[in-house]
Amino acid sequence: MPANLDELIAQLPTFQQFMFVQVALFTAVMALLVVLARNLFHNALALVGALFGVAGLYALLEAEFLAVSQVLIYVGGISTLITFAIMLTRGMMFGDTSPNNRQAGTAAIVIGTMFSVMAGFLLQVPWQEAYVELGDGQAIIANLGRLFVNEYLIPFEMMALLLLVVLAGAIMLARDHMIE
Amino acid sequence: MAIDYLPLLILVIIAIGFGAIAVIGPSLLGPSRQNKQKLEPYESGMIPFADARRRFPIKYYMVAMLFLLFDIEVLFLYPWAVTLRELRWQAFAPMGFFLILLVFGFLYEWKKGALRWED
Amino acid sequence: MQQEWLWSDSLINLFTGLGMPKFLAIGLAYGLGAFILANVGLILTLALIWIMRKVLSRIQDRIGPNRVGRYGLFQTVADAMKLLSKEVIRPAHSDMITYDLAPVFSVFGVIMILAVIPFAPGLIGVDLNIGVLYLVALGSVGIMADLMAGWSSNNKYALLAGFRVVAQLLSYEIPMVLSMLAPVLLLGTMRMGEISAAQGLHVLGLNLGFGWLVFLMPGAFLIFFISALAESEQTPFDLLEAESELISGFHIEYSGMKFAMFFLAQFINTFFLGAIAVTLFLGGWQGPFVDNLPAPFSQILGLIYFNIKTFAVYIAIVWIKGTFPRIRVDQMMSFAWKVLVPLVLSLILWEMIALKLPGGAVIQYGAVLVGNLVVIGVVLNILGNHFKREQVRSKRAFEPKTLIGTMRPAPTAETAAAGD
Repeated sequence: MPANLDELIAQLPTFQQFMFVQVALFTAVMALLVVLARNLFHNALALVGALFGVAGLYALLEAEFLAVSQVLIYVGGISTLITFAIMLTRGMMFGDTSPNNRQAGTAAIVIGTMFSVMAGFLLQVPWQEAYVELGDGQAIIANLGRLFVNEYLIPFEMMALLLLVVLAGAIMLARDHMIE
Repeated sequence: MAIDYLPLLILVIIAIGFGAIAVIGPSLLGPSRQNKQKLEPYESGMIPFADARRRFPIKYYMVAMLFLLFDIEVLFLYPWAVTLRELRWQAFAPMGFFLILLVFGFLYEWKKGALRWED
Repeated sequence: MQQEWLWSDSLINLFTGLGMPKFLAIGLAYGLGAFILANVGLILTLALIWIMRKVLSRIQDRIGPNRVGRYGLFQTVADAMKLLSKEVIRPAHSDMITYDLAPVFSVFGVIMILAVIPFAPGLIGVDLNIGVLYLVALGSVGIMADLMAGWSSNNKYALLAGFRVVAQLLSYEIPMVLSMLAPVLLLGTMRMGEISAAQGLHVLGLNLGFGWLVFLMPGAFLIFFISALAESEQTPFDLLEAESELISGFHIEYSGMKFAMFFLAQFINTFFLGAIAVTLFLGGWQGPFVDNLPAPFSQILGLIYFNIKTFAVYIAIVWIKGTFPRIRVDQMMSFAWKVLVPLVLSLILWEMIALKLPGGAVIQYGAVLVGNLVVIGVVLNILGNHFKREQVRSKRAFEPKTLIGTMRPAPTAETAAAGD
């Protein structure tokens, strides 16, 4: 039955799809933990896990640069900042906090509606499947570098400006403590 | 090709697997005779008081902030650096502006004393 | 360009030659490769610890381990067995999950470095097109692991060291990344394999293998080396585990195998940062006649060159560990932000301009070299001044005359009143 076997193999999910399900599940579970875990530090750690999962999704899409940026900026920078912010805050380090409050029921309804609407949209829209040959990985990176200083010049410079503003803001907030 | 990343994936599995075995293994192998004194945090013989997890100075936060700033800068610098050889002189202006803005931020933070560690 | 030898291709060919289906052969080849790679990393640690103990004891005029096996070679094996059979202790009120996850994270971040290190021509796990950035990203995993360990232990010293770890590693990551940019700027690639391959010196068709980038950019190499010392938490920068003030740093509450994992991560990390320095600046597997031989021999030769260089860098790190005093936190921070970052930034800017100078390669490379020499001069000058000042200070502290001066009892209320 070689023909049958070939058919069977064709129906099996590819390795990439299998990995996608794994990584997506991991990300979703971590994202749930961010909301549901009772200890604030655990929430931050789960956030790191979720961000890692997103990096994994990027890697599965063969967007290496994006995956590495995700790990570098979110896992390395943002999550450290968030952990620090937790540790800076009085009373947040100790004990557990309840993830529920009086608005939990309302929130659940809103989220449920939003999820079903979005899922409906995603299933309804006839997505066009486009297979683009990405070419050599080196060329992609070089292309990215070229695009920063040509087509996407304005967003690129705006980002630098944004970073400057953020830094100035952080200094303004922290200044009182530093002068002491 | 996605298949090229297979070694990476296998290495991830091995690394996590090794870690898991090394953490779980000894709890099955080793002895377990615990008492209150043994489980106390070690603080050079002092009896620990209060919770160890306390608030800490904001200067650490500022360092993390500065790191993030430079991290993003470097991230954008790398793809640009790869193409440096083929870019024309004009391509220097945008990157130069980008760098100058960030250096300005760095100098501002320096001037404001965020880098001063001792009080 | 001719088809180059690649370990995975030859393994896959071998397995398909044995009559395996293609997908099984690919899976088995990659699996075997990754398995060997990970084990090399783990077994290497035993050797690294032995070397460190031997070299350090020679520096301190001791013999070092010499009982277990010849030259004490199996001392670390015995230590590992001991640690493996230790009791598992989790301190009271520690955060269980975080406490157990931290060592796993720590080892994970370090083992993953292995994937992009080119050991010999064609002998590299994955030649990622973002190789250099990948290394940087892994560094942040280690930071998270140390912070987790420090926070979860419920120990004040551990938490303090955890903060210091984050401050130090974040600060030194910036000069490290920027100095890694220097070879990338020059060669226009982030692939680790291509960076090593580009450092050959071809004369009359023979590869002498001495086109090392350190000859062209010694300044970038020096800054990379200093930041690598800080990133691997080695001696001048080992204030995270300063025994005299923080007992032993963020892993104070760890014992047995979990402690061993932090230890292992630190040692492999030191070695790999040396390997990265070798790959980026010291020519990687390049050496005389390395790719003029037929396939297996040139790989073996490359492997030998690579290992000699990396172990040399490692021993240099141990040497520094044995001879340098530890620096203070404020010195560490200000050295990173007020010396290294401005210097390396200006070096990179200079290199960008230099590589665009008209007049061919000689002028461009000459300009790069001059910039690097200036940077080296400034760094060495600052370090020299620092050590001179420290020397004067410590000498004064031990001179009897001044010592008597400082030992005069502080004026109490009575003596102060009498003096008036």
